[in-house]
Amino acid sequence: MMDFQIVVLWSDVLVWLLLAAGIGLAALIAGNPPLLAAWRRIGANRVGMAAATVLLVFVAIGFLDSLHYRAALPGEPGAQKQYAVTVLSLLDALAGPLRTENEKTYSAPFATRLYAKETLEVPGLGTVREFPRLQHGGKHLGDDETVAADAGLTALRYAILAGLIWLALAVGVALAEDRRRRTEDSQLPAAKPPQIDSPLSSVLRPLNRLWRGETAFAWNAVLLTLLALLLVALPLFGLSGQYHVFGTDKIGQDVFYQTLKSVRVALIIGLVTTLVTLPLAVLLGIAAGFFRGWVDDLIQYLYTVLNSIPGVLLIAAAVLMIQVLIDTHQEWFATAAERADLRLLALCFILGITGWTSLCRLLRGETLKLRELEYIQAATAFGASSWRIIRRHILPNLMHLIIISLVMDFSGLVLAEAVLSYIGIGVDPTMTSFGTMINNARMELGREPVVWWSLTAAFAAMFTLVLAANLFADAVRDGFDPRTL
Amino acid sequence: MPPMFAYIVRRLLYAIPVLIGVNLITFALFFIVNTPDDMARMQLGVKRVTAEAISQWKSERGYDKPLFINAEAAGAGVLTETIFFEKSARMFIGDFGQAEDGRDIAREMRTRMGPSLAIALPTFLLGLFVAVTCALTLAFFRGTALDVWGVVLCVAAMSISMMFYIIGGQYLVGKMWRLVPISGFGDGLDAWRFLVLPVVIGVIGGIGASTRWYRTIFLEEVARDYVRTARAKGLPETLIFFRHILKNALIPILTGVVVVIPTLFMGSLLTESFFGIPGLGSYTIDAINAQDFAVVRSMVFVGSALYIVGLILTDISYTLVDPRIRFQ
Repeated sequence: MMDFQIVVLWSDVLVWLLLAAGIGLAALIAGNPPLLAAWRRIGANRVGMAAATVLLVFVAIGFLDSLHYRAALPGEPGAQKQYAVTVLSLLDALAGPLRTENEKTYSAPFATRLYAKETLEVPGLGTVREFPRLQHGGKHLGDDETVAADAGLTALRYAILAGLIWLALAVGVALAEDRRRRTEDSQLPAAKPPQIDSPLSSVLRPLNRLWRGETAFAWNAVLLTLLALLLVALPLFGLSGQYHVFGTDKIGQDVFYQTLKSVRVALIIGLVTTLVTLPLAVLLGIAAGFFRGWVDDLIQYLYTVLNSIPGVLLIAAAVLMIQVLIDTHQEWFATAAERADLRLLALCFILGITGWTSLCRLLRGETLKLRELEYIQAATAFGASSWRIIRRHILPNLMHLIIISLVMDFSGLVLAEAVLSYIGIGVDPTMTSFGTMINNARMELGREPVVWWSLTAAFAAMFTLVLAANLFADAVRDGFDPRTL
Repeated sequence: MPPMFAYIVRRLLYAIPVLIGVNLITFALFFIVNTPDDMARMQLGVKRVTAEAISQWKSERGYDKPLFINAEAAGAGVLTETIFFEKSARMFIGDFGQAEDGRDIAREMRTRMGPSLAIALPTFLLGLFVAVTCALTLAFFRGTALDVWGVVLCVAAMSISMMFYIIGGQYLVGKMWRLVPISGFGDGLDAWRFLVLPVVIGVIGGIGASTRWYRTIFLEEVARDYVRTARAKGLPETLIFFRHILKNALIPILTGVVVVIPTLFMGSLLTESFFGIPGLGSYTIDAINAQDFAVVRSMVFVGSALYIVGLILTDISYTLVDPRIRFQ
């Protein structure tokens, strides 16, 4: 049993807080018929649910990467326990060799030899300039075995496994859905006598219903997406133990591992930022629209000022300042991870400060319209307090706008992280993110032969995440606001 | 006094408190959150800095004065011989002081404005034209396979990072095909060879989001009563689109983009830095990387001022296109 010390980074706290908020939101929605109806519409949206499935996989990776610990160093029994300075996460533990098995420098995906030639001592031949074998990638291969045959076989094995897992999932979902339908049917007054099926057709019939999309929830889209994901992920996972599936970077780190690690940063930037924007936008937006007068003037002035500062420059100024603060107070941080974490949170905070104005303006306008409606005037006539009117009548009618704008902002924030990290005002350079990956790799296109894998991996992963987020956002918008269809 | 003129004056007067607010925020960020001592340590290297080196660094740049009130000075000097007056208040008359390398920031900005505009203006105009054309096409064929796939393509294009377009474009056009230089900038007529690629990439990078946005504007117009009337009169669909819908939809589109026109002077950070264009965008990035606070502060001020000009232009353009909006 390995000893460890749990490390709770501030961003971890916020990630788990977000999960709690998500569960709370789900409970709220379940008790609110109009919101529930909207989510039912989203659930029936095929593209939206396929996108949600992809997003969930990213979120799962992010959560695995948000449980941090420091391993104990081997020492004398009985002596004071020492812990390693590197903070690891559950994902690191699962990835195991991916993190530690580094090469000397670049190597292409599935390569067995290094990218650069080295002077080697070969017995019998003396010194030769040759591409040396990798220390880890494909080391199980003999000299006469080819990568294509070996990797293909492994991939096939895992693909079959993926197919089997998927089949089990599909049958499970189909049976569960079928049982649900039957119990709902039997509660109807004119319940049909239950059909007696042969064992085979009792599985095939629900599967067929699922496939034809006769369920209220878009299970067929979800299952198809899962199949595609499993077919990609499992072989990749299987091969990554033996090869560097996405190659290695300049200092020999596995690019596949870096891509996985980047997911958490992207999610945090996209989600934690909303923790800052939401209270600001909702409180100030409603206050401006509801109380009008000098409150409105003051809030409008505030957001005009913030809006007029070019976003990138405000972020640059704030990040530079925080970097000065961090550099002059090194004693605050026990590990480098904590230092990078603080900068990440500061970045989220600043992105939130620059990002709340558009939602605030939207909510202000909508509140201005709402407060003139008869039922709110009636509530005022009954002597309801402002706070009660806002809470019971205005806020519920703004929920759809808030949810839509949160989902829509996510993809923009993920893209912004990459740009900011490139400019040098994003996350800490020691932190692996899509932005730092792209920044480190962009000069490599000038090499001969071209080192394309780092860039491609970062862009492809980012594209998948952002596309899924955009499609899901569209589904959410259509679900809440059928007018735009 | 004509109402239009009075209106503009009133809007300009409103801009002054906003600019003062921007000025105070940046001042707080740069001088109060971190003291000039912290900045000096950062510039000189954190470790082993002597107190003399810090005070020399500060006095060279005028950071050794009090923040707001100089009790030691005489007369008006109580207020003017302070960091706030010399570094922040003087920005209002266009005096930005010197960068870390000793050059005058205001002059540097003037010379760098040209290259920035040479990229940003064609990108803006061409991008607007292409996006409106694409959106009009999609709206014309609404509901067909072309429309559906067009929107899918827009969403996909929106999901790609701008950096991918730039890096991919440089690699493909500049390195593989060797059609234009990968980066750099030239003077006079020769400059077009350096401008083609950044402009085209800028247009492609922005096309997805704007086409989708304009398409919804067009579709909103299509649903209006006057369109139905035009159809009922028997006008052909193409005529309805080009004569009626295009004209009316251009109002929200154009008034919406007016706000960015003044900020075109600021250039694009990404494009200029990747293509090595000596404009204001790359100036900003260089300043950020060199942690040249004076330049960043000045750029914040200029950017805000330009944005406020954009807001005023937007208000004016609303009143111009729609006489129902009074000059309140």
